Amino acid sequence: MSTMIGPYEQSDAAKAAYDARFERIMACARLERPDRMPVGLQSFFWPANHGGITYKEMMYDYEKAKKVCFDVVAEFEPDGVYPLLMGTGQGLALEKLDFKQLQWPGHGVGEMQPYQYLDREYMTPDEYDDFLFDPTGFYIHKYLPRVAGAFEGFDKLPIFPGLHYFRLVNGIRSFALPEVRASFEKIVAAAEEVNVFLGHHVEWVQRINAAGFPLFNGSNAVAPYDFIADYFRGATGMMKDLYRHKDKLKLVLDKSAVFLTKMAIANAKAAQHPIVFIPIHWAPDAFMSPKQFEEFWWPSFRKMMMGLIEADLIPMPLWEADCTKRLEIIKDIPAGKCIYWFERTDMVRAFEVLGDVVALRGNISPSLLTTGKPEEVDAAVKHLVDNIWNKGGNLMLDGAFGIPDETPTANVRAMFDAARKYAG
Amino acid sequence: MSDMSELEQQLVDWLADMNEDEALALAKKMLLEDKVNPLRVLELCRASMDIVGKRFEEGEYFLPELVLAGEMLETIGAIAKPLIKQGPGEAAKRLGKVLIGTVHGDLHDIGKNIVSFMLDINDFEVKDIGIDVPVAKFIEEINAYQPDVVGLSGFLTLAFDSMKETIDAFESAGMRDKFKIMIGGGQIDETVRAYTGADAFGVNAVEAVNLCRNWMGVAA
Repeated sequence: MSTMIGPYEQSDAAKAAYDARFERIMACARLERPDRMPVGLQSFFWPANHGGITYKEMMYDYEKAKKVCFDVVAEFEPDGVYPLLMGTGQGLALEKLDFKQLQWPGHGVGEMQPYQYLDREYMTPDEYDDFLFDPTGFYIHKYLPRVAGAFEGFDKLPIFPGLHYFRLVNGIRSFALPEVRASFEKIVAAAEEVNVFLGHHVEWVQRINAAGFPLFNGSNAVAPYDFIADYFRGATGMMKDLYRHKDKLKLVLDKSAVFLTKMAIANAKAAQHPIVFIPIHWAPDAFMSPKQFEEFWWPSFRKMMMGLIEADLIPMPLWEADCTKRLEIIKDIPAGKCIYWFERTDMVRAFEVLGDVVALRGNISPSLLTTGKPEEVDAAVKHLVDNIWNKGGNLMLDGAFGIPDETPTANVRAMFDAARKYAG
Repeated sequence: MSDMSELEQQLVDWLADMNEDEALALAKKMLLEDKVNPLRVLELCRASMDIVGKRFEEGEYFLPELVLAGEMLETIGAIAKPLIKQGPGEAAKRLGKVLIGTVHGDLHDIGKNIVSFMLDINDFEVKDIGIDVPVAKFIEEINAYQPDVVGLSGFLTLAFDSMKETIDAFESAGMRDKFKIMIGGGQIDETVRAYTGADAFGVNAVEAVNLCRNWMGVAA
């Protein structure tokens, strides 16, 4: 007997393996003991290095990208896989959109360099009021034309609220402007490329599913504070806003939490997967005081996580850098509903504080994975198993932020082997 | 620093306490209306930054305060510097020269900029040579600038190899023992320090200042 998943046949054995792997992750999330410690696989350009293609090919050549991303799954047999193409496969769409916030391989950085985000002020402090009054209008007329060339004609579009009766009829005339038409043509071309890309993504997911491997998460989301800091105000602008525009900032965060939660729920439902991955950039201990964290960062994110939980989703924030001093604060969520992935936070301490509230994921250090020896990686896994898993912790092993691009294969092998050796 | 008047103390406190509007208004009044010697005002700024640095080390202040302090100083400096009649004689006060840059392949600069600012207000002469700096450019700039300390910055994991390659090239060029090397950035730890062959690493801007002060024989 077998079932078809898209064009791929899933054998009974593969189905059983899929179910067992997925259940390991779900059991951990519910704070129940699975049969063995799950291991996750996330990465950006490491599959390119491993499979012998360039980072540029990973972003532009769908077939090559799918192959190297399938091969790493088949070789290392993780319990849950990051949607690997989602993080790397968008070169053509980015180009057609004339996306300005990134430099990517072959487009601003070398063919063997990862893409890098350009931290800039994409919204000035004077524009908080515009954003608060009408985020959609601000997007159409200001934000979208700034971040992608394809939207440049949008600043000519009418102010939509207020269009009525004959003013509605006359008000649409700007749609006929050459620059507006050109914008729509570019957007349609980019959207068609996104459709092609997503077709490849879905096909790759079907292939790994048919081979017995579930996705760890189906969709991604962003914390409201990080959304405004990274994509609107820029790093230093946001830091100054904590003093200069604190009240407006809080209003914007509250408002953003509402639409970001709606978007996260819609995306998770479309992906038909309960786990929502949320990389967290601005929570680290060094980035703001505990008081600022409680006042500015945490409330809107907690609201968002509660919204996801109420929609039967499982938020999986990746707390980047060291968030040890945040543990007592971020503990304030219902038990058995979230997975907290930690990067440099002391995982043993995280287990002590959060062990009865959330499942944990991580956190073999990137410096060890890239520059260490396999026996050192083995020892790091053993340390986590001895101090967390063997003490009843619901740990899911992974790199601190997945497998860094430059990691030698022997170290990845050591991580996966050590998980089996020490934790079933 | 020498005894302060009540008004001078007020400026120092407002700057150190992040009362930006009040501090900038007072500094402008002192410089433009009261005709206070601009060098004196800059000295007061420096005193306030000593307090900011101390509060950072003690865990009361974090990055937002360093960034805001930097901006307040820049604003006051822009008003004060054109008013300086005699040479500031700052060169004599400089503790040492630091050349800093983000290694090749990496475009990140926020941390590097904060380190540069903190070194500058702590009496170091700083030359910032930017981001994505090729090895050859480091060597060329070092030869021209003759720094006491070279700071290599990097946020991405690819920076580990770029840092190692850069430091290996200093070795090959026969210049490795002419300066100290410190590294810093998101993922940098002792493992990376050992891998790259740097002399030290720091996890924040105050650590970078302390490393440089120690190397220059100044009590931290």
